[in-house]
Amino acid sequence: MIPASFEYVRALSVEEAVTALSAAGEDAKVLAGGQSLMPLLRLRLAYPDPLVDVGRIEELREIRDTGDALVIGALATHHQVLRDPLVRAHAPLIAQATATVADPAVRHRGTFGGSLAHADPAGDLPAVAVALDAVFLLRSVRGEREIPAADFFVDWMTSALEPDELLTGIRVPKLGPGWGVHYEKFHRTAQAWAIVGVACAVRRERGAIEDARVALTNMGPTPVRAHAVERFIEGRSVSGDAFRAASEHAAEGTSPPADLHGSSEYRAHLARVLTARALTAAAAV
Amino acid sequence: MPRIRVEVDGVPYEDDVEPRLLLVHYLRDRLGKVGTPVGCDTSNCGACTVLLDGLSAKSCSVLAVQADGHEVTTVEGLGTGARPHPMQRAFHEEHALQCGYCTPGMIMAAIDLLRENADPSDEEIRDGLEGNLCRCTGYQNIVRAVRGAAGEMRQGAPEREVSP
Amino acid sequence: MSEIAPEALAEKAAEDAPVSSPDPAREIGAPRRRSEDARLITGRTRWTDNLQPPGTLHVAFLRSPHAHARIVSVDVEQARARPGVVAVFSGADLAEEQGGLPCAWTVTEDMKTPLHPPMAVDEVRHVGEPVACVVARDRYAAVDALEEIDIDYEPLPAVVDMEQAVRDGTPLVHADLGTNESYRWVFENGDVDAALRDAPVVLERRYVQQRLIPTAMEPRAVLCEPDGEDFTLTSATQIPHILRLMLATVTQIPEHRIRVVAPDVGGGFGSKLQVYGEEVLCLLLARRLGRPVKWTESRSEGNQATHHGRDQIQRLTLAADRDGRIRGLKVDLLADMGAYLMLVTPGVPLLGAFMFNGIYKMDAYSFTCTGVFTTKTPTDAYRGAGRPEATFGIERLMDELAAELDLDPIEVRRRNWIRHEEFPYDTIAGLTYDSGNYEAATDRALALFEYDKLRAEQADRRERRDGVQLGIGVSTFTEMCGLAPSRVLGSLSYGAGGWEHASVRVLPSGKVEVVTGSSAHGQGHETAWAQIAADRLGVPFEDVKVLHGDTAVSPKGMDTYGSRSLAVGGIALYGACDKVVDKARKVAAHLLEAAEDDLEFDAGRFSVRGVREAGATLQEVALAAFAAHDLPDGVEPSLDSDATYDPDNFSFPHGTHLCAAEVDTETGMVKLRSYVAVDDVGSVVNPLIVEGQVHGGLAQGIAQALYEEAVYDAEGNLTTTTMADYLVPSAADLPEFVTDRTETPATSNPLGVKGVGEAGTIASTPAVVNAIVDALRHLGVDDVPMPCTPERVWRALREAFDENPEPSTGTAPGAGGGLGSAGGAQ
Repeated sequence: MIPASFEYVRALSVEEAVTALSAAGEDAKVLAGGQSLMPLLRLRLAYPDPLVDVGRIEELREIRDTGDALVIGALATHHQVLRDPLVRAHAPLIAQATATVADPAVRHRGTFGGSLAHADPAGDLPAVAVALDAVFLLRSVRGEREIPAADFFVDWMTSALEPDELLTGIRVPKLGPGWGVHYEKFHRTAQAWAIVGVACAVRRERGAIEDARVALTNMGPTPVRAHAVERFIEGRSVSGDAFRAASEHAAEGTSPPADLHGSSEYRAHLARVLTARALTAAAAV
Repeated sequence: MPRIRVEVDGVPYEDDVEPRLLLVHYLRDRLGKVGTPVGCDTSNCGACTVLLDGLSAKSCSVLAVQADGHEVTTVEGLGTGARPHPMQRAFHEEHALQCGYCTPGMIMAAIDLLRENADPSDEEIRDGLEGNLCRCTGYQNIVRAVRGAAGEMRQGAPEREVSP
Repeated sequence: MSEIAPEALAEKAAEDAPVSSPDPAREIGAPRRRSEDARLITGRTRWTDNLQPPGTLHVAFLRSPHAHARIVSVDVEQARARPGVVAVFSGADLAEEQGGLPCAWTVTEDMKTPLHPPMAVDEVRHVGEPVACVVARDRYAAVDALEEIDIDYEPLPAVVDMEQAVRDGTPLVHADLGTNESYRWVFENGDVDAALRDAPVVLERRYVQQRLIPTAMEPRAVLCEPDGEDFTLTSATQIPHILRLMLATVTQIPEHRIRVVAPDVGGGFGSKLQVYGEEVLCLLLARRLGRPVKWTESRSEGNQATHHGRDQIQRLTLAADRDGRIRGLKVDLLADMGAYLMLVTPGVPLLGAFMFNGIYKMDAYSFTCTGVFTTKTPTDAYRGAGRPEATFGIERLMDELAAELDLDPIEVRRRNWIRHEEFPYDTIAGLTYDSGNYEAATDRALALFEYDKLRAEQADRRERRDGVQLGIGVSTFTEMCGLAPSRVLGSLSYGAGGWEHASVRVLPSGKVEVVTGSSAHGQGHETAWAQIAADRLGVPFEDVKVLHGDTAVSPKGMDTYGSRSLAVGGIALYGACDKVVDKARKVAAHLLEAAEDDLEFDAGRFSVRGVREAGATLQEVALAAFAAHDLPDGVEPSLDSDATYDPDNFSFPHGTHLCAAEVDTETGMVKLRSYVAVDDVGSVVNPLIVEGQVHGGLAQGIAQALYEEAVYDAEGNLTTTTMADYLVPSAADLPEFVTDRTETPATSNPLGVKGVGEAGTIASTPAVVNAIVDALRHLGVDDVPMPCTPERVWRALREAFDENPEPSTGTAPGAGGGLGSAGGAQ
């Protein structure tokens, strides 16, 4: 299939991009790597007006260390994120989950920010951002604002981005020593979207889980933080029984979708099984 | 209409294009580089894979305007029948193609895979080619071919003719 | 299961059916690298969509979004006004000339065949049916204009479920037919009712062959170029010859005015064995507009508009003695035709009628098939066509019988299969199997698979109640290839014969042109046919060029499908080569002043027996025949000949496939651990190509078992329109296969070949499902519907657990995560 015609604006700086977005209406779309957007354009499921191409704004590709956090530029490609020493050292959960995103060719062009702004609950990175308490950095001609990941994902493929706002970067608090992470993705084929995914980070101290962060992919219209699991496991000794018991709470408060690849009931079951596996893998620091 | 400058298989081109023009259609319909085919509309099949500044990309999911100022290598730019690229030769030697429709993309993806990992295991080859679908071969001989080409490319073997 | 050591088995098997080692001096049997490859690996291809003659206009089709609706009005005025648009037509605009698409197989005298207009005129009956088309300057303009066409539909009820469709009072797909039943076809041999009544063991099962989308990698494309009163239609088709005849029949354009070209064709698997509306319409549009017109399908369009495969509900009853000997088999099928009958739609499930008995002996058999209309994309041939369905049914039943009697699944097969000394064997389904050696293939497979070792591991996992259970699936299959003896097709009321044609021309320079009526689309005929000709004529492989896929070049042929190319077309070539040698012998005898009987022909040279130095090469003979200065009386100039071969019988490849599957009992995920395929495809022309065909076939059969399904919702919308939802496996999803062969040559043809294109697909689907069920049977599971998705496996486990919470051994499914199985999904 072939995209419908659209107005095209190439922005060479953040200023140009937000100016273009500000001048445009509700139907403006930002083109970063295009790996989520292009199929929608080709199937004529999206009719952007205009399409603002931010892909050449070099400053948004940077990944930098700000002391207690990393700021990952929205245009950092998955390929770049995967190989970045800062990400590997301080946000290994992002590296692990990014390795499961699509395939190498798509990872060369798809961007970290683009995947998040797309706000697809079946995407792997939104749950990771939620689990890590990442903060989304937004710009518009009106100024800058920051939104915590928990508030960024509003509904199915809907984020807190206003039509005139551009996602410029994501601030990810560093995980210190003692943390173990795991992203458990369950899908039918290598290419298929996650039926359910579990992003998990735990901090062990003296044989107990001191801190746990668990978020779920594709268990509702937005990525879901499994607070009940976290509350249950925190303070308990590391053991299979504890992880199993904690994982029983994984589906609490979720509203998993039903589609071709799994019913809601099955997803709830998977969330429990996979959470136990993710906790187990993450805790084996 | 935006004007773009693209180097494709070593030849510079300059063209006015509609912003919505897909890179693969630019290659096929405007430049006549029909060696790169289209197999789907969701970037699943990978038949249209090319190298964009040396990295694999699905040319059905890139706008021609996005390729402005960049270099594209297609299967046509790799080698010729008489002097094939080691990967092309390996696909022939290992019978890694049948209908051949996925082959251009598969070869480009395989070359990209070896750029990342010069000595991949079978499992790494299979994982690395997950974005390219083949309906004929069951992939086994493709894996063999990539393994064979990897060995040859590590040794920097000179290009040889394809045996009949 | 057996006390014999694997090595001993392998040795014994090797004695029984040794694979001939290729003679280095011979082309037949040599693992030639393919001559097709050079252009395919360098992108110098001729896919239909690559062709763009000057002035080509592009066609785009507007397709029905409804499963079933009356077309109230079509307004194309806005679309016509779009820039770059040359013409827009509705179905009504072309109603006078477009005719109806053909069905070549009237399987019963009272079969209901609805009119199938290439573009719908009054009513649409499946999502994706064309209703209007735009012809424009380029593909972008054509697609844009589709959005400007305004169609008013009056929705009618969708008919989605086959079992519902045949009940009284169900809405009709075709109101004028008065029924949703197209036909009922029956075959009986022996007294099945008696067998079912008297046998101590009777198993009844219901299996569903899900609907599949063939998914050749090259989407369809058509280009039609007018030239005065003549037309050249280039199409991504498997059947240029059949297509040409059918285009003439449908459009009334005289056959000799139409040339059909199948250039490089990117796979078919049956989906391009069709006469499609888009082909007819491109021809009509080119005639109307006087310019070349081209249409190229998009994948999401093709998933709705290219025919689908399988889709059948099987009700099977097997009667057996306590020792496992089969008494009788009753097969009752509902086969989904979809909305219309296309080229061989109704006949596809009936090919299974001859295969449900598999490799087994039995006393009685009955087969009934009811063809059912639904408001879905028409079904037709998909790799295996009828035979995978049948093989699945019988091979699943054999495992069920083994379980019922607590026998090893190999043993229960052994007790029933035709022993190798019993060939030729007349089967209960009315065929004569000419040759085979099921013992040899099975013994070889067991040895390669390490069957006993895996059974021991399986027992251990059961004992430990491991979260990942191991299952072993068996499939000892046969199939019928070499479609088909024309008299058999006639007896089945098929519209044509099943012969194939070849011609061989030795050019004045001694180079050879082979023309074949087979039309390859990935199979490697250019290589294999050159091997046969080089071998028979004694000329170098490089001196042979194979021409095909163009009715102007190859005027006679029945094309490529049903694993027929080598078993029928290869034999035609063999015959043509022999005729050339016979003619050359006459000329050589004349040149050498010797009697024909005194000439020997070896390695491309005639020599007088006992006088080696007196001789003439085929090349010398060819030049003499070309010059024609001194030919014997009655011999026509030039060295060439042709042959048409009509087989006496089908050929019957067989084999034993063994699959080991690991099933994660918590998630339901299935991982194939190992797969062994030992196939007996008779003599082999090119072992490399044979192995490749097996690999690809396995992938497709495994994909049916695990991944693929065309899904319709209750309103008749296809929900798997893209490759994101219709899951074709990638390299990462499939295991490494172990393949081997045994070799019992076919006795029905001089090359001893049987055909290999579909074997892997036919055998593998039941092997995989049998493995999954075997992994879980001790937990109370006796079936998992295909595709065996993780959720379906999980549900099967849960239902079994609900029925019997304390099975003999095993873990409770769905009990939450456990450390012991944390690695299960890795």
